[in-house]
Amino acid sequence: MNRLINLALLLGIVAAAIASFVYLGIDLGELGATGNFGRMADYARRFLSPDLSPTHLQAIGHGAVETIAMSALGTLLAAVFGLMLALPAAGRFGWPLQSASRLVLNALRAVPELVWAALMVLAAGLGPNAGTLALALHTTGVLGRLFAEALENTPAQPAEAIRLQGGNAIWAFCYGTLPNLWPQMVAYILYRWENNIRMASVLGFVGAGGLGQMLYVSLSLFQEAQASTVILAMLLLVFAVDTLSSWSRQRWVKA
Amino acid sequence: MLKRDTRDPAARPRLLLTLLVIALLWPGIHFSELDLSVLVASDSQSEMGRFVSAFWPPAHGEEFFQLLLQATLQTLAIATAGMALALMLAVPASLLASRALSLSAASRAGRPDSWGQWLRWPVRGLLIFLRSVPEIVWALLFVRAVGLGPTAGVLAIAITYSGMLGKVYAEIYESVDQRPAHALLQAGSGRLAAFVYGIVPNVAAELLSYTVYRWECAIRASVVMGFVGAGGLGQQMDLSLRMFAGGEVASLLLTFLVLVLFADQLSRLLRWRLA
Repeated sequence: MNRLINLALLLGIVAAAIASFVYLGIDLGELGATGNFGRMADYARRFLSPDLSPTHLQAIGHGAVETIAMSALGTLLAAVFGLMLALPAAGRFGWPLQSASRLVLNALRAVPELVWAALMVLAAGLGPNAGTLALALHTTGVLGRLFAEALENTPAQPAEAIRLQGGNAIWAFCYGTLPNLWPQMVAYILYRWENNIRMASVLGFVGAGGLGQMLYVSLSLFQEAQASTVILAMLLLVFAVDTLSSWSRQRWVKA
Repeated sequence: MLKRDTRDPAARPRLLLTLLVIALLWPGIHFSELDLSVLVASDSQSEMGRFVSAFWPPAHGEEFFQLLLQATLQTLAIATAGMALALMLAVPASLLASRALSLSAASRAGRPDSWGQWLRWPVRGLLIFLRSVPEIVWALLFVRAVGLGPTAGVLAIAITYSGMLGKVYAEIYESVDQRPAHALLQAGSGRLAAFVYGIVPNVAAELLSYTVYRWECAIRASVVMGFVGAGGLGQQMDLSLRMFAGGEVASLLLTFLVLVLFADQLSRLLRWRLA
């Protein structure tokens, strides 16, 4: 019986895949037809000679720095606001505030960065500022939730000891809770930063600055040579971040 | 008499570290043109306020519902078709890239000879390249190459996800007990037979749950890719945003949330059922 249900499920999946192709009207045969393939190959060939002139490289360098700055500041803002929301979300100030801040965090997290960026471009105008705000909003939701969970899991005794000795609530938090929380928070922040660098490089597609905007503009102007350099720069950035993060994780984070 | 020490012994290093971070980030404010005041500036606030106040009630006309349904189905279809194409590429690529089916490894205690290593590198490099370019960049390129619409989204998902799936599959094959496959290979069976009877029984559950998880990611990705014109809910959202139709944006966002929740539940069901 179990086997039959599983078989039916598998058949359903196959049927769903076929139905999707039919629904979208994608004819794989037509897509692979020689004329179509030749046109795609022609298009791809124009990317093979990246523009490496110094002025363009300088512009790309500026774009890359912009991307990194966007991601760093967005993550930093998110860490600050995330902690501010995590305190009520961990139930420090009673349940009405707890459920309210949880709702806010979930809403912030549920909307993808790119959608936030499109909204922020409307609110704050074109440019990296919108991207920074978009990253900050989404990451606040993510970090706030992670911080709240970490807060709930830290031992309460150090803070209680300080309270019993007569320290006030702020001292108890700073010297009793935070030292236990800190390493975990830093790990989360760095992890999100890594993600955000990758994200910041594509937020520009909706006009939010960075390398993405350069790519979008040069593709729209049919400057494939320039666009391919931007793609190379993106790849380089992602590889650099990956290598750096795996190296630093091996070096500093003990499993 | 003992006096209470009010000094914080760790204050100075902390202060220095904070100053260092601020000094490093300060130019970033200039580069990212960070300006929080735009959010509270009166003109943008009224602009934004008008837009957000239009969020309620979400658009719910008969005609818009038709559109919404179509966009949702399109998003689901893009994700599913993209995954199907990705699998077609990922399975052979993972077989080529994995060390698990190496004939030389079978008789050398699991270490393939240098020839085999060399021959696997091009496939691995291809997979790395495919997954390193973000899917939305692929989508942007394919929109230029094959025109606006879902085809670009399907191709973008197929390419990026085949890179990811191929790499992860290859690693999963290598992570399980290699002895059954080695025994089969040494007894003279073909590689495909050794794979099917020596490795698949051990890895099927993991492969399946990872694939279903990726399908869930593909749904989210296909919504986002719509913003560059690759069809589905994202494209509709982009259009509504450009027309400042707050109500439509609100219903699209709600649909997106429901869709993500639904995908989450469905993938949980599939994993529980099949794994």
